[in-house]
Amino acid sequence: MHLARVVGRLVATQQYEGLRGVPLQLIQPIDDDGADSGDVLVACAAISSGPGDFVQWIDGREAALACPESFVPVDAAIIGWVEQAIAHHQRLG
Amino acid sequence: MLIGKVVGSVVATRKDEKLGHQKLLLVQVHDHTNKPKEQYVVAIDAVGSGPGDMVLYATGSSARQTTITEGRPCDAVIMAVVDSWDLGGDNVYEKWKS
Amino acid sequence: MFLAQVVGTVVTPVQIPVLDGRTLLLLQPVDPQGKKNGRVRVGIDHAQAGVGDRVLVMDEGNSARQMLNAKEGAVKTVVVAVVDYVERDGALCYDHREAN
Repeated sequence: MHLARVVGRLVATQQYEGLRGVPLQLIQPIDDDGADSGDVLVACAAISSGPGDFVQWIDGREAALACPESFVPVDAAIIGWVEQAIAHHQRLG
Repeated sequence: MLIGKVVGSVVATRKDEKLGHQKLLLVQVHDHTNKPKEQYVVAIDAVGSGPGDMVLYATGSSARQTTITEGRPCDAVIMAVVDSWDLGGDNVYEKWKS
Repeated sequence: MFLAQVVGTVVTPVQIPVLDGRTLLLLQPVDPQGKKNGRVRVGIDHAQAGVGDRVLVMDEGNSARQMLNAKEGAVKTVVVAVVDYVERDGALCYDHREAN
């Protein structure tokens, strides 16, 4: 599980059946100093979130389990909205 | 999931029989600003996409979680055709404009 | 499983149900000597660990679900133990009594 910032939204009408109605969002993973870390990727939002939000996400097969339908080809899902994250006694985000 | 553009297809006659007769597409990875990267993936198509489409593909064991790829040796699957996306409120890609 | 240093905490008021009531920790993966080794990640605390502890982390879904009794939960990274000491080639390279 990792931290990220939601940076955008993505729309896809033609998608795998079980994914209908699940929002897709672009997320920028961040490091423990709040700086960008790695490439932007697309994740399914299992909770309500939007651009600008600081979130927690999960990668791998487990990401599909956060979706309404769990047998879906999803490898990244937003699973928590972060209110506060503290690293090295300093607040992130 | 990552964004990519379908740039071609791959055909193989001699292959593992579990791979079946699935359509294999050649996908060029694009970054979030829609800039193509020198990085390519061969993915099984689960949504009926074709050349020129911007698509989303899932990798790893998640790729086997479709009725088409279940139980097959597959680590990348196209699971959506992208209509549009925006970044920080600015539209980056719009299918109908391209 | 890998070794990590707990560097912080995360609070998520809106989350998937399986995470309700669980403590989330920020983990910096480290090598046996304690040097940073990879990207920081978020883990569920299952060992009453806290900031400053050296911990053992499980990063695999099946094991995580078993430990947390979450049959269909989207969980993956779990802190499973607080490390007392690490020995390498017959010598201690980490001892919690000397840390901090």
